[in-house]
Amino acid sequence: MMTQANAPLATQMPAEWRDFFALTKPRVMSLVVFTGLCGLLAAPGSIHPVIGFTAILCIALGAGGAAALNQWWEADIDAEMKRTAARPLPQGRMRREDARDFGLFLSGVSVVVMGLAVNWLAALILAGSIVYYAVIYTIWLKPRTPQNIVIGGGAGAFPPLIGWVAVTGDITLMPVLLFAIIFIWTPPHFWALALFVQTDYARVGIPMMPVVAGEKSTRRQIFGYSIALLAISLAPWAIGGTGAIYGIAALVLSVAFLFLAVPVAFRTAGADDRMAPEKRLFAYSVFYLFTLFAALVADRLILA
Amino acid sequence: MTPEEEAEFLRRRKSRNIALGLILLGFVVLFYMITIVRISD
Repeated sequence: MMTQANAPLATQMPAEWRDFFALTKPRVMSLVVFTGLCGLLAAPGSIHPVIGFTAILCIALGAGGAAALNQWWEADIDAEMKRTAARPLPQGRMRREDARDFGLFLSGVSVVVMGLAVNWLAALILAGSIVYYAVIYTIWLKPRTPQNIVIGGGAGAFPPLIGWVAVTGDITLMPVLLFAIIFIWTPPHFWALALFVQTDYARVGIPMMPVVAGEKSTRRQIFGYSIALLAISLAPWAIGGTGAIYGIAALVLSVAFLFLAVPVAFRTAGADDRMAPEKRLFAYSVFYLFTLFAALVADRLILA
Repeated sequence: MTPEEEAEFLRRRKSRNIALGLILLGFVVLFYMITIVRISD
């Protein structure tokens, strides 16, 4: 909640450029840029480096704009949670409407530049991803359903699809499968974290799965998604969209994912539990996504 | 506003203006290059 005490400071002092930069969630943006770049590099065909750079820049700007809109909307909630209380808006370092305008401006610029410089289908999907994250996820579904992480995973899944479409100009099964991989990967990745990090989501009324459905159910669902991830990660190879480099990497990585998910799925944490299996699965899930997409690009660059 | 606050106000505004100027310059260069690439297509 933006308190009355710090509101005057925000209205008197102009926010620093660092605060605007922080609004874009730079750490999330780095993953967005990486997966977007992988989609762009793995797509069949070629793109001029300047146009390719512009496409990635627009994906990053769009993600930054959506993140700013997310923080504008959730400023009250962010102020109540330890993890987010230091953000520019809860700290009163910036006026709330400045964050909104900045988010709208970044979103608009990213879509228009993508359309003019790259292609309009990529721009349309980018616009859709921004609306999906800022409106459908942040405003509508996050406070209403424990499936919020499943739905939110869709927002993170757009970049490789957009990167791919920037090159090809059309949507085929392959980029949709890349979307599906990140979509299915997100719930076990996030819920593994949610099991060992005590967040204050419950206190601010955000229905996270471990709180609403309970720890046992969350653990079972992590296992279910891990099986689905094994299947979906192999699909690009199965349909002939990639070669053996990706196929073998996907098989090894996803079997290891499942292997690490088993102890998480079928145990009950006791008091003073160090949650080692959950921490291991979370750390591995980050490595998994980076390596899987790197293998996809390597497959294309070496075997194509 | 005290003199210290005013100095801080001016410092922040200046750093923001510099950042904005650099971003605009970057976009000018980017659009120039996009135009060259598009024309040569």
